[in-house]
Amino acid sequence: MNNINFTHYQHAHCESGVTANLLRHQGIDISEPLVFGIGAGLFFGHIPFLKISGTPGSTFRTWPGAIFKRVAQRLHVKMHTERFRSPEKAMLALDRALDAGRPVGMLSSVFYLPYLPEAFRFHFNAHNLVVYGKENGLYKVSDPVMEHVTTIAPEDLAKARFAKGAPEPKGFMYYINEVPKDIHYEKAIQQGIKQTCFFMMSPPVPWFGNKAVFLLAKKIKEYPRKLTPRKASLYLGNIIRMQEEIGTGGAGFRYLYAAFLQEAAQKLHRDDLQGFSKELTQVGDDWRNFAYHAARLMKARQSDVVSYDELSDLLRVCGDKEKDIFTRLEKLRWQ
Amino acid sequence: MKVNEVPQDPKDFKEGDKIKKLVYAVDNEGNYTGVNSAGWEAENTATKQAWDEVEEDLRETELLVKQGKLSPIAWYMKKNLMDTALLAKYMGKWAWQVRRHFKPSVFRDLSPGLLQQYAAIFNITVDELKAFPAGKQ
Repeated sequence: MNNINFTHYQHAHCESGVTANLLRHQGIDISEPLVFGIGAGLFFGHIPFLKISGTPGSTFRTWPGAIFKRVAQRLHVKMHTERFRSPEKAMLALDRALDAGRPVGMLSSVFYLPYLPEAFRFHFNAHNLVVYGKENGLYKVSDPVMEHVTTIAPEDLAKARFAKGAPEPKGFMYYINEVPKDIHYEKAIQQGIKQTCFFMMSPPVPWFGNKAVFLLAKKIKEYPRKLTPRKASLYLGNIIRMQEEIGTGGAGFRYLYAAFLQEAAQKLHRDDLQGFSKELTQVGDDWRNFAYHAARLMKARQSDVVSYDELSDLLRVCGDKEKDIFTRLEKLRWQ
Repeated sequence: MKVNEVPQDPKDFKEGDKIKKLVYAVDNEGNYTGVNSAGWEAENTATKQAWDEVEEDLRETELLVKQGKLSPIAWYMKKNLMDTALLAKYMGKWAWQVRRHFKPSVFRDLSPGLLQQYAAIFNITVDELKAFPAGKQ
């Protein structure tokens, strides 16, 4: 009982990492970048009026749960998903799935995962991990951001699965029921790329997609006039963390997506995708340059108007380049 | 970012150096590969700043509790990185009810049941909650 032979691979991002690990367990040889691209994980959003612990919300990725769902649909993998009312039922369902020999993916709150370093443990409720067994009263955990597997006590896991706040995981768990004999990547990759371009270029509102990069650039320009130095520095710090902290693969998922484009180029034998990959890598470097200068400004805690103007311009460079890349990528012709 | 440019600046606070995260970078042939990174100074500074902010806030709150202007619940809430809305959700109460419990005079008369509920959320005992700041960890 509960003796699942699960192989753990470390990945950059939790959701695409869990998805890749679960698929590999089923014998599908898929990389994290491929999952991320097919699941159209890349995005940008900045919502100034939506404050998350006092700072405006920014995101570099699509909403939680979307990657796993899209990959399953596009590769025709049958999966089971479930939410629960009570921790008791959620833990019971987990035990049953484990007894049936299934590794289970689930949502959790980082704050209640004692095996993670304290430095990362804020109330972030959309962290994905895999539980693949139970031994001596502890659950065996494969957390894709970690180098090795670990364990967690049932009461801690229950707390993490039923954390409150936004979003509430409500014990959300998922496992793979059935995989097709042959996996066809071509169509799935095309769908993923098309969707990413659509989400980057099409939203008619300023808070989502490429437009949001320019919105953020505009807001940063206003920071020294509208905010206290302490607030301005906190706002900048939050953007840097969303962009570079653990789980992003660097440069706000841009490197991860460039890695996907490269793999897609090889799989579909298309040199043009390799070209796009190279371009996006350079934009990734531009994002890093922005973060580097933002960190210096953040540390200085000064309302120096000139530096904020310059920082805003650095961000516009990223926005302009991405606008160009995704406009051309959207027009790409597929056979 | 090239493989040899992947920063290795250790996140040397709050066990941040326990994990070497994976990032993607290009090798000499231009191929993407996963590389472990100890951290990056820009990112470390931002994380550190978020924690410094928490600690500054805790110091200010501690002073207010000692001066009898706030109840220990306010301090433990911040210690657990919560805001009033989140704590209210865990308590199953309205935010204004929780905010009322921040008043030392109201806190003094809280029922044992409510105190127990708060203590459980903060992962401490009722005695520790009441004995602030002596019992604070």
